[in-house]
Amino acid sequence: MRATPAAAAAGTSIPTAYPPIADYAVIGDTRTAALVSRDGSLDWLCLPRFDSPSVFAALLDRGRGGHFSIRPTGSFEVERRYVGASNVLETTFRTGTGVMRLRDLMPVTSEEEKRRELWPNHQVLRVVDCTEGEVEVVIVCDPRPDYGARIPAIVDRGRFGFQFGSRAGALRLHTEVPLRQRSGTPGLGGRLTLRAGERRHLSLTFNLEEPAVIPPFGEAAEGKIRQSLAWWQRWAERCTYQGPYRDEVIRSALALKLMNYAPSGAILAAPTTSLPEKVGGARNWDYRYCWVRDASLTLRALMDLGYEAEGASFLSWLVDATRLTAPQIKVMYDLYGETRVPERELDHLEGYAASRPVRIGNAAGDQLQLDTYGEVVDAAFQFVLRGGALDRDTGRLLVGLGKTACTRWREPDEGIWERRGEARHHTHSRVLCWVALDRLIRLHEGGHLKAPVQKFARERDAIRTEVEARGFNEDLGSYVSVLDGDQVDASLLLLSLYGYADDGEARMVGTCERIYERLGTGPLLHRYVEADGLPPGEGAFGIAGFWGVEARARQGDVARATADFERLCACANDVGLFSEEIDPGTGACLGNFPQAFTHVGLIGAALTLAAASA
Amino acid sequence: MNVASVLLWGFVATMVLTMVMSLSQGLGLSRMGIPFLLGTMFTPDRGRARVIGFMMHFMNGWIFALVYVLAFESWGRATIWLGAGIGLVHALFVLGAAMPILPGMHPRMATEERGPEPTRQLQPPGFFALNYGRRTPVATILAHLAYGAVLGAFYQIAAG
Repeated sequence: MRATPAAAAAGTSIPTAYPPIADYAVIGDTRTAALVSRDGSLDWLCLPRFDSPSVFAALLDRGRGGHFSIRPTGSFEVERRYVGASNVLETTFRTGTGVMRLRDLMPVTSEEEKRRELWPNHQVLRVVDCTEGEVEVVIVCDPRPDYGARIPAIVDRGRFGFQFGSRAGALRLHTEVPLRQRSGTPGLGGRLTLRAGERRHLSLTFNLEEPAVIPPFGEAAEGKIRQSLAWWQRWAERCTYQGPYRDEVIRSALALKLMNYAPSGAILAAPTTSLPEKVGGARNWDYRYCWVRDASLTLRALMDLGYEAEGASFLSWLVDATRLTAPQIKVMYDLYGETRVPERELDHLEGYAASRPVRIGNAAGDQLQLDTYGEVVDAAFQFVLRGGALDRDTGRLLVGLGKTACTRWREPDEGIWERRGEARHHTHSRVLCWVALDRLIRLHEGGHLKAPVQKFARERDAIRTEVEARGFNEDLGSYVSVLDGDQVDASLLLLSLYGYADDGEARMVGTCERIYERLGTGPLLHRYVEADGLPPGEGAFGIAGFWGVEARARQGDVARATADFERLCACANDVGLFSEEIDPGTGACLGNFPQAFTHVGLIGAALTLAAASA
Repeated sequence: MNVASVLLWGFVATMVLTMVMSLSQGLGLSRMGIPFLLGTMFTPDRGRARVIGFMMHFMNGWIFALVYVLAFESWGRATIWLGAGIGLVHALFVLGAAMPILPGMHPRMATEERGPEPTRQLQPPGFFALNYGRRTPVATILAHLAYGAVLGAFYQIAAG
């Protein structure tokens, strides 16, 4: 358990220091998500969607961003967990006078149950119990819509709660705790003393239209908690994985599920923006979108765990999203497949721990990444391998992508790591074009679509010839990042994962060794070490370490792969969540959080280890 | 009412509208396919849905043409601009009023409140059908302007 400094916990003002990124846990309803810190402060929530403007953004500006905190006064120690295999967060505060338990959730249930009663569009339900002694609790609710740009008017609706002025919809706080508008500072505040056995509910609801739906408290609220727990636990039980590290796999699956936007099937990279890859630095990006790069590995992870519906839904979204741009593919799409998400900086926010600028939108969408063709086609191929079927439209779309890959594979691009600047001839991009054509040929041979196989085979072979001649450096004994180059990057580990190369081949073994030698710190791997036009100092890339585990396991070094896997798992926070990057020196979480791709990596590595150990 | 004229030019106007929407799909401006949207109300089979939807779409085209024609008859004249004006109102109604309620009527369309159960159903259109592409409203308005303009230009007011 970690102690929280008394100075930080006293009074109604928020601490000026930013908690470590690992101090956060996530709750959500698969249409949006909230981040709650160890000391009970909800510091990030966007409404009504993941990519909507925030209503709480203290994560990115302690003073202006807005927060909703519930904590004991005085000093306390904290322990937290998710309740069973669910996304219901439970934080336990031990003070000198008693113990307080805070449960946070965004209620969920089945579509059938939702049809039986009115649900608000979104709800954050926070339930405070005193389980021992007595605890004085201080509560602050200070929403700041539009990324902290506005201080909303507050209207007291009496027993119907407080209404906050919001352009997006009706935002209300309904509580069993007397709160008042604070004098001198925005928002609502209140204190109360809870004694053992006492419980209070607080409910923040968001409705897109009036009249607003205000869920009742008491047994109805307890029913929502039971429904949510039951739904999540039933979902977790559908996981077919029974191998080692099952708890870690289930937690990763639950995290991934929270980042699955259910109305469209999209899976976003992370529910946050601008958490820094280097604290105090400028590598702060908006990840509330869907990267095609992640497609194939994400689909495999979902379906190999038995979540066929999520996998099918995701593929359906992927095919639908790329329709607007087919036969070209963009790097990223928004939740409904829009490609234009203009990037801009929010100058009024100071950034997490002064990491500026804070950005919303993402200019990476304008880049060319030729590997995306392979990732989309391979996602469809993996879907078919696991029993899925492709309709004619999808087949035609995929063949169109293959034809584009044939004409474009020789071009330079920005590559999987989206380095801004000059386009280059990336080996990984070439190989993924090979993957696209290879999979299309195999889908054609399986009767799943009709492709010009002779042309595709010719181009596929031409790619291999070029990669083997120019993408491999004899002096290094390794595949290299860029044709005719002498640097390596972590994406080269995917050459064997996608079946282009065999793990046991000397070239792949050498590549793996060179990557660990140049990019590794223990089991952690950086993406690359070359200058990329931005200030240096990013952390190790979470998923890259798991790719290394897979490569070593498939090479037969299961013992080392297992040891590495366990060390990587230890880099998760106390509730099993990973960020995008990890500081190799301190183990601190860096970058947006939680990161879907890192959790996909954990799942993939666990599955590979289980298969290798069998 | 000039029934023959309604039938003929209602058909032509619907064809023009369909072509404009298809063109906008082909150019990547919008993913909205009206025949597909309509047909999937009756079947999950994509191919069959398009056929059924196509037939429904043309039936709807005739039904809406009746409304346009009643307006023309009540004014005693039919012109391109009158037709296009009604088309604009028609498009705004479809986008602003019909699209938001479509998830409630369509048995295979997800709502924006869906979750956490995954969906393999159709995505909801959202406000002004923006979920189908940010240029969908423009494409829809242009298609309906064309529809109304054709009817306005060619419908012959009933004699007497």
